[in-house]
Amino acid sequence: MPTNGVPTKITQGSGTRGGIGESTLRPDGILKVTGEFAYSSDLWHEDMLWGQILRSTVAHAEIVSIDTSQALAVPGVYAVMTYDDLPTGVRHYGLEIQDTPVLAHGKVRHHGEPVAIVAADHPETARRAAARIRVEYRELPVVTDEASALAPDAPLVHEHRDDLLQSQLRSTGGTPTVGHVPHPNVVHRQPIVRGDVTSARERADVIVEGEYTFGMQDQAFLGPESGLAVPEEDGGVHLYIATQWLHSDLRQMAPVLGLPEDKVRMTLAGVGGAFGGREDLSMQIHACLLALRTGRPVKIVYNRFESFFGHVHRHPAKLSYEHGATADGRLTHVKCRIVLDGGAYASASPAVVGNASSLGIGPYVVDDVDIEAIALYTNNPPCGAMRGFGAVQACFAYEAQMDRLAARLGMDPVEFRQLNAMEQGSLLPTGQAVDSPAPVAELLRRVKAMPMPPERQWESSEGADVRRLPGGLSNTTHGEGVVRGVGYAVGIKNVGFSEGFDDYSTARVRMEVVGGEPVATVHTAMAEVGQGGVTVHAQIARTELGVARVTIRPADTRVGSAGSTSASRQTYVTGGAVRHACELVRERVLELGRRRFGSYHPAWASAELLLEGGKVVTDGGEVLAGLADVLGEEAVEVEREWRHRPTEPFDPRTGQGNGHVQYSFAAHRAVVEVDTELGLVKVVELACAQDVGKALNPLSVIGQIQGGTAQGLGMAVMEEIVVDPRTARVRNPSFTDYLIPTILDTPTIPVDMLELADDHAPYGVRGVGEAPTLSSTPAVLAAVRDATGLALDRTPVRPEHLTGTG
Amino acid sequence: MDFLRPASWEEALAAKAEHPAAVPIAGGTDVMVEINFDHRRPEHLMDLNRIGDLEEWEVGEDSVRLGASVPYSRIMEHLRTELPGLALAAHTVASPQIRNRGGVGGNLGTSSPAGDAHPALLAAGAEVEAESVRGSRRIPIDAFYTGVKRNALAPDELIRAVHIEKAGGPQQYSKVGTRNAMVIAVCAFGLALHPETRTVRTGIGSAAPTPVRARTAEEFLEAALEEGGFWDNGKIITPSLAGRFADLCAAACSPIDDVRGTAGYRRHAVGVMARRTLTWTWESYRGARRTTEGAA
Repeated sequence: MPTNGVPTKITQGSGTRGGIGESTLRPDGILKVTGEFAYSSDLWHEDMLWGQILRSTVAHAEIVSIDTSQALAVPGVYAVMTYDDLPTGVRHYGLEIQDTPVLAHGKVRHHGEPVAIVAADHPETARRAAARIRVEYRELPVVTDEASALAPDAPLVHEHRDDLLQSQLRSTGGTPTVGHVPHPNVVHRQPIVRGDVTSARERADVIVEGEYTFGMQDQAFLGPESGLAVPEEDGGVHLYIATQWLHSDLRQMAPVLGLPEDKVRMTLAGVGGAFGGREDLSMQIHACLLALRTGRPVKIVYNRFESFFGHVHRHPAKLSYEHGATADGRLTHVKCRIVLDGGAYASASPAVVGNASSLGIGPYVVDDVDIEAIALYTNNPPCGAMRGFGAVQACFAYEAQMDRLAARLGMDPVEFRQLNAMEQGSLLPTGQAVDSPAPVAELLRRVKAMPMPPERQWESSEGADVRRLPGGLSNTTHGEGVVRGVGYAVGIKNVGFSEGFDDYSTARVRMEVVGGEPVATVHTAMAEVGQGGVTVHAQIARTELGVARVTIRPADTRVGSAGSTSASRQTYVTGGAVRHACELVRERVLELGRRRFGSYHPAWASAELLLEGGKVVTDGGEVLAGLADVLGEEAVEVEREWRHRPTEPFDPRTGQGNGHVQYSFAAHRAVVEVDTELGLVKVVELACAQDVGKALNPLSVIGQIQGGTAQGLGMAVMEEIVVDPRTARVRNPSFTDYLIPTILDTPTIPVDMLELADDHAPYGVRGVGEAPTLSSTPAVLAAVRDATGLALDRTPVRPEHLTGTG
Repeated sequence: MDFLRPASWEEALAAKAEHPAAVPIAGGTDVMVEINFDHRRPEHLMDLNRIGDLEEWEVGEDSVRLGASVPYSRIMEHLRTELPGLALAAHTVASPQIRNRGGVGGNLGTSSPAGDAHPALLAAGAEVEAESVRGSRRIPIDAFYTGVKRNALAPDELIRAVHIEKAGGPQQYSKVGTRNAMVIAVCAFGLALHPETRTVRTGIGSAAPTPVRARTAEEFLEAALEEGGFWDNGKIITPSLAGRFADLCAAACSPIDDVRGTAGYRRHAVGVMARRTLTWTWESYRGARRTTEGAA
């Protein structure tokens, strides 16, 4: 959105190389591949101590006593802290509801909850000392599902929930959250009702009902939680940390530490990946507490085992759907209920409920809907943000329903979807109109039109190539029992924070001459977690400012908040902020030029001046001055906040409201080969078509689509945190038994990238990171159903489900 | 934790005699995981990597003497002809990096029912060369596994090598995991035909407290092959015969439900693998017979 007096057209396509639309390379790409990238776990300080967390061994218990004396007696131990040692009265934190104790108080509510922390001069010493802390538990019955959470005599996971709700009400200035909470063991409830399902049902010729189960997925990011807290001379602390949102961490940490926010400094350390798993705090407060207590820098690094307990997971869900359609294939109504397991603490559960409900019927036009989504408090591991955020679970269920309806109607599943596909102008169940391109039918057409991978690719002159067969090198089949299946799915994901959240970002852009050359510096607090913002910001600065050299400053809290690196929002929102700041810098540079050189050439008076290739040029390409001459000794610097269009909360009773700002659509076609006797699956190809609005960096966009697709594949056939239903303890907290796809599990992923601009967004961009994670899972399941003829109502599907040996 | 680094085999035996609880480490595939997970913090860790002999192998008349630390990748490269079953098993071990370090001695030392090498060793026929300062002995593989992660080694003994019979006929190995590479076995199956003795041997992994042979299935198949003159006439094995063999193999399992799979699935999958590997090995035997006859 151009400001007065600056060009109405962007300078894209100009003589400045490395601008938007080019596949510039990540500055950290080679370092990561060669193992030289410095992750947060590589941080080092000469005087540092090592922190260790003692976690609960049981899921639900009263803490009868904690005896730290033996731990304190270990030589080399500098501090042991429990709840009683916390410095202020603020002892809980949380993204939306402050219900998470910094250290357990009187009770533990899930397996692996932090109980005590230790600082010692060696990690092994810290570990041994933590093991010497004696905690006596009195175990309590566990709440593990809806039945046990809402039973008349159910134990309350948060026994003072009513108090929490009241304090929440005060802190939000009276926002009516209570309407969303029918029971203390329900974190949040969102009904969405539009039209009249009862009368619509009478128009249906076919009704399909289904019950679906979605397992608990882990983000399994590279680089477990880690950071280094350094005490500072002014009594404050500087935390170097791998996170997704520095300012959100800061806001939660400072009150617990008893410090004003300006005495808690945060710098982003090397992040491997996040996928939502770093939205909540992990070791941030613990490291700072120990650093402030000991006066020494304190480093904490989780190993992978601890990481499984150190962050929230994707909500497992039970979903019940009823779909109706007329004989000619028009959806009449959808009634559904989505029960998400939020685990012991709220984390992002309310927003996940908002997504699951508002996007609960998918990218289809249905006038009569009755949706309810709830998130439970249980004693299972806490669940929160993960790529796709509530929309993923729903997509798995509604796409299974669409296939079943098509089969009942005798229609092609793609044509049936296309017939009911949403388009620009369609209404969501919330009553909100989709006011940018929604090419759902077109994406399905494209993905269906892609050439099919050849059959029996495992056959070679030297016999079967087992790498191309289910089971791979495990040599389980040479073609016996192998059946091919094909499946389709499409999904809708919102982009950006919804439901009235003030979703802004801040960018500081500076332009000056360094070594005779104009250089732009971009400073934001955006957490680079692999999404590609570091590349995109430089591209935007080159395009808008016509400079070749751009410096991206490390992200820290010396600049305003960039918001979270989640919800597919950073290119849109922080990209928008960088662009806006660049426009203001350009305006000032041109003012400077007019002051200095305006009298030399009449064109300076023109409004249509561009910055290209390090020069000020006219619309017609005439060079007026070099930027180095215009700037001289001066530096131009602008810091600004930028916002996308505001959204509204959903009505707590009807769910109506303009809650979302943008949508992202992707469709997949999965081709699988299933060893039907052993129940092993080889995904042969996962083709994706996605509308990306405008690809600022096509290589990065394709990377996002392929990565999201692979993560959805993992959810379809292998990834699941298994929790014992009797004890609520995690059974597989390691990569030995929590499996993620290897390269042999990852198929060819052809991508058809559609670019239909969203006129409301900078450059027309559309957030891309999450949508491919939605439709990938149901497409694989549909293909497996096609191959086996089985109903398969749960994901991930395991060999025992395909062989009837569960 | 003390770290012992014997420079020779004799030093290693002496150290093991002095510290019988010392845990030997070569590739570290199992030991390092146990230490990292804090499942085990031995008083002494004994590094065997300075003992070069352990990475040597010798191909003899009837058997291969495989040093305890010969990495799986070497077995895949160099012993495919002599030890085809073990070479196939080696292919399924973890990742290339781990195959470059891990060896059969570690699998035997840990004696986990999920160790990839066991079914291949059971099927081929092998003896474990164990040694202590008291002397050397050879433990038949059938007597080696004594319980979950327990074996017939005395506390002062170390595994020096494994003597594995050279393949006299086709061998196969299959392993089920819920991912197409780098996965711990849900269950595994090894099969070796021994035409010279007209016997068959099997090995089952991860479907009982220890790696086991399906002896009833072996006896049934040997009798059926003998009765039908299969070894001589090279007939096709009928589906019903293969099916009976598969059922008996499945019946030899005593699996558990765990996080990797259900007992019912393990039993089922062992049956499927038994049927398929029997078909593959028998077809290979028939093919070899035809080739031989053609040459004669």
